[in-house]
Amino acid sequence: MKDRVIKLLLRALAWGILALIAGVVLRVIGGVIAESPVTFVQQMLNGLQLGFMYAMIAVGYTLVYGVVKLINFAYGDIFMVGAFVSFFGITQYGFSFVPALVLATIACIFLAVIIDRVAYKPLRDAPRIAALITALGMSIFLEYFTALKFVFSPDYIAFERPFELVSWEVGGVRFTNIQLVVAGVSILYFLGVQYIVGRTKIGKAMRASAFDKPTARLMGINVNAVIGATFALTGALAGTAAMLYATAYPQIFTFMGLQPGLKAFVAAVIGGIGSIPGAFVGSLIMGFTEAMTVGFVPMGSTLKDGVAFLLLIIMLLIKPTGIFGDPFEEIK
Amino acid sequence: MPQSNGNSTVLKIDGLTKFFGGLRAVHDFDVVIKEGELVGLIGPNGAGKTTIFNMITGIYPVSSGKVDFKDRTITDLPAHEVTHLGIGRTFQNIRIFPNLTVLDNVRVAYHPHARYNVFDGILRSGRFGRGEKEMTERAQEFLSVFGLDEYQDSLAANLPYGEQRRMEIARALATEPDLLLLDEPAAGMNPGEIVELMDLIHFIRDRFDLTILLIEHQMRVVMGICEWITVIDFGEIIARGTPKEIQNDPKVIEAYLGSQATRG
Amino acid sequence: MKLRSIPIWVQTLVFFLVVAVVVYVAFSQGVLTEYWQQVILAGAILGISALGLNLKYGYTGLFALGHAAFYGIGAYSSALVTKDWLTQWSGSPVGGLAGLLGIESGFIAAVAVLMLIDIGHRRRALRERLMELISPFEATILSTVATILVGGAVLTVVGGGIGWLVRRIVLAVGPSVLAALPAIVSQQVVFLVALLAGAVLAALIGFLISLPLLNLTYDYLCIATLGFGVMTYVFFNNADQLIPTMKGARGMVGIPRLTTWPWVVAALAVALIVMRNLIYSSTGRAILATRDDLVAADTMGINTYQYKILAYSIGCAFAGLAGGLYAHLYAFLHPSNFTWLKSVDPFVMVVFGGVGSMTGTILGAFSFVTLLEGLRVLPAELIDWRYVIYPVILLFVMLFRPQGIMGTNEWGFLRRPRVEGKKASEDAAGAPERAPSEAPASASDS
Repeated sequence: MKDRVIKLLLRALAWGILALIAGVVLRVIGGVIAESPVTFVQQMLNGLQLGFMYAMIAVGYTLVYGVVKLINFAYGDIFMVGAFVSFFGITQYGFSFVPALVLATIACIFLAVIIDRVAYKPLRDAPRIAALITALGMSIFLEYFTALKFVFSPDYIAFERPFELVSWEVGGVRFTNIQLVVAGVSILYFLGVQYIVGRTKIGKAMRASAFDKPTARLMGINVNAVIGATFALTGALAGTAAMLYATAYPQIFTFMGLQPGLKAFVAAVIGGIGSIPGAFVGSLIMGFTEAMTVGFVPMGSTLKDGVAFLLLIIMLLIKPTGIFGDPFEEIK
Repeated sequence: MPQSNGNSTVLKIDGLTKFFGGLRAVHDFDVVIKEGELVGLIGPNGAGKTTIFNMITGIYPVSSGKVDFKDRTITDLPAHEVTHLGIGRTFQNIRIFPNLTVLDNVRVAYHPHARYNVFDGILRSGRFGRGEKEMTERAQEFLSVFGLDEYQDSLAANLPYGEQRRMEIARALATEPDLLLLDEPAAGMNPGEIVELMDLIHFIRDRFDLTILLIEHQMRVVMGICEWITVIDFGEIIARGTPKEIQNDPKVIEAYLGSQATRG
Repeated sequence: MKLRSIPIWVQTLVFFLVVAVVVYVAFSQGVLTEYWQQVILAGAILGISALGLNLKYGYTGLFALGHAAFYGIGAYSSALVTKDWLTQWSGSPVGGLAGLLGIESGFIAAVAVLMLIDIGHRRRALRERLMELISPFEATILSTVATILVGGAVLTVVGGGIGWLVRRIVLAVGPSVLAALPAIVSQQVVFLVALLAGAVLAALIGFLISLPLLNLTYDYLCIATLGFGVMTYVFFNNADQLIPTMKGARGMVGIPRLTTWPWVVAALAVALIVMRNLIYSSTGRAILATRDDLVAADTMGINTYQYKILAYSIGCAFAGLAGGLYAHLYAFLHPSNFTWLKSVDPFVMVVFGGVGSMTGTILGAFSFVTLLEGLRVLPAELIDWRYVIYPVILLFVMLFRPQGIMGTNEWGFLRRPRVEGKKASEDAAGAPERAPSEAPASASDS
């Protein structure tokens, strides 16, 4: 009988503590929201926009990681090149939205594939750390090379939007057409990638190569070509994302890919690296957190980068393989 | 299991089970091994033998079941503690320290018993000198027992395959275990080497007072040296007995021959 | 060869003295311009930091990207201490030092107590006892909360208590002790203490951060340490909210220029000697084993987690020491010097010089600084090419000579010491006769 009582008490204690923590958290959040509901909704929208943008980049990271187990550090910089290319398209050749988008996308596809061939392919069978360091080196190279005056420019450049920003207000909250475009394109791409990876022959080849390269080779899959195709796909994502990002936050500079790239990668890890829906969900969470930090945390705008990584470390402590990740991936 | 001969129980496993997500790799494995026995664990590829080793030595967490070593429950203890308690093992794909010399490979085994700490090492105190000398001499003597002393300064990665295997076993023994787990020690060996290996195993069992549990694929080794054998397939025990009994067991034959037919 | 018969420590001493004197003379006689003096000093300082990274990555196998954060921690903390001595921004000439030493001693005391009661073990034990009664999830919650409470209590009581005590002692005794010494000596003493305290702080924070992170596989470790680096950078940027003197994004000024060649060469000597002695000892072997094969090392009885943490903390200490020297060389600190991108610099040095080679790291550091600084003499249009050339070099090395210049070779006293003792071929007269190998020999060695 005593046993039963002890069990009950312990149970009650455990759930009581959980309830307490949950209660405090909800009260704080609720209080903050109640104080300024307008800011809350506004930041929610900002967070969504950010999240959708991160999503495209995150999917790019997760695709590459899934197939070659490499963190493509240079991805943020491919993104940056896309932004600059679209800028040239708009200013030098007067492109409108869609042609500039296409231009950026094509440029990034080429760049991604070239980088893979030149820098990553030779190290395919080397220890993974070698490829990681090479990716880092490639990233730095891109950042500084494009900063040379004859390439792009070391300065911060104001981006010219290819279409007019239209915003309208509802109950104190500001909506913009850019938000809609970003959301739409992002979801479209996500569905597209899911379709390609899930239902096409090349997608199947990608999944096979991701799962077990040697066996895929034995099955007659040209793994190197598949990897190249994967990079091309990520290039497309980067190019489009870059154009949208520059349109939404109209300032480009050669280091602009660093922060979004890093955060998108963290988002992919949070969602479960290697999982495409995971990258999407993780990005939305990341965008949301960032926007909320800016809106509600004192000094939030300077702290927001730190918060993103705090989120990462918490995730790594609880479930390193991420929300949608396979928990047994780490078995030796 | 064969009649108890009055020796103490070294390893007792009960209901050992391992799930990888939805996949059941090992189900309800049990065994009792007594001091001084030389025992085999066989089964077709993928039957779960190495998984069992990994659970005993603390490399995989156990899904359910119990592992007792010398009357002490060791289930889910971290790997290095399992070793301290007296279980040593080798690996199916040799796991040596390739960038360390052969001598260093063995000296690592003595590290937990080193008579000096980090600060002594950095400051090169007298204790360091004495402790290092002692470890080095022990390691060198150990290597000479196995005929490896000429390689002592060679990088382990540069050793011929047979010597690497021997070094791996020597190194496992340097941790002074009471129970030795050998995972496919004969892999990749030609018949001549296999005979030497069988002699080696007998030698070390007697020289170091060991109990040995052996995973092996090569029937000659198993039949030649094991006192009794457990056979598993798909993670479950399908037979147990002396080599003679196992050879004639229809379930075992089906598991192996059937495997040849269906798994090609 | 006669050289071999000279004991190692004598060789080491002579080597460093020669180098120290030669460079010192070169500096004081003005053989080298001020500019190149800075280069040599910077090279040596970065070399110390890079040694720390090599310990983490080359010798322990941890791909840790947050190294610049510890450089910064050492830099800022030591600067706060020495600046205090000059300007008394904290209200007392030793206020900063007292605070720092207080935090460090309190933390060390608390950790020591927690390790003594083996808190990790107890938590697991408690959880298992509880699991007999309630579900695993609930057991985890209760045991975790209990651990947090106990840990918090120890931290507050033991840590806070000792820290407070130490702080009071330093505040009370410090100014008078230092005033008793001649001014020049006291300044150097403060500098020494500041450097050491900065290094220790870096090590402690490294220790703290390594506890949760070092069990992750290296892709995740890479991102996690990178994340820590970013968080530290954000902290430095906003630190003026906490300690106004740090000035955050505006940059900290007014740091006394105390770094001179004797300090740098002494620090470098200490770093090299410590690292060499560590690597060529049993602890070093345990660390190398952890790098070579984690599972095998665990199976050999090495608590790999413990050794990863040890190596990581020592590596951070080196970075902290280097940071302290750096702060007092340029007398100006800005958070942009400690971004995660700056963590790539020591990587380039290590990879270029040779992963797993201390000599290589030093060579790499000097090469790096010479390249970047030396290229400053280029005409204005080409100056920015410095930053393009350096990643290109990295790429070249990775593609064509991934083991770096030195590979795993070393020079001089950094070489692996010869192993004493018997060998099969060297039976001196009078030595006991060794029986031939007792194990069944292989008649046909494959």
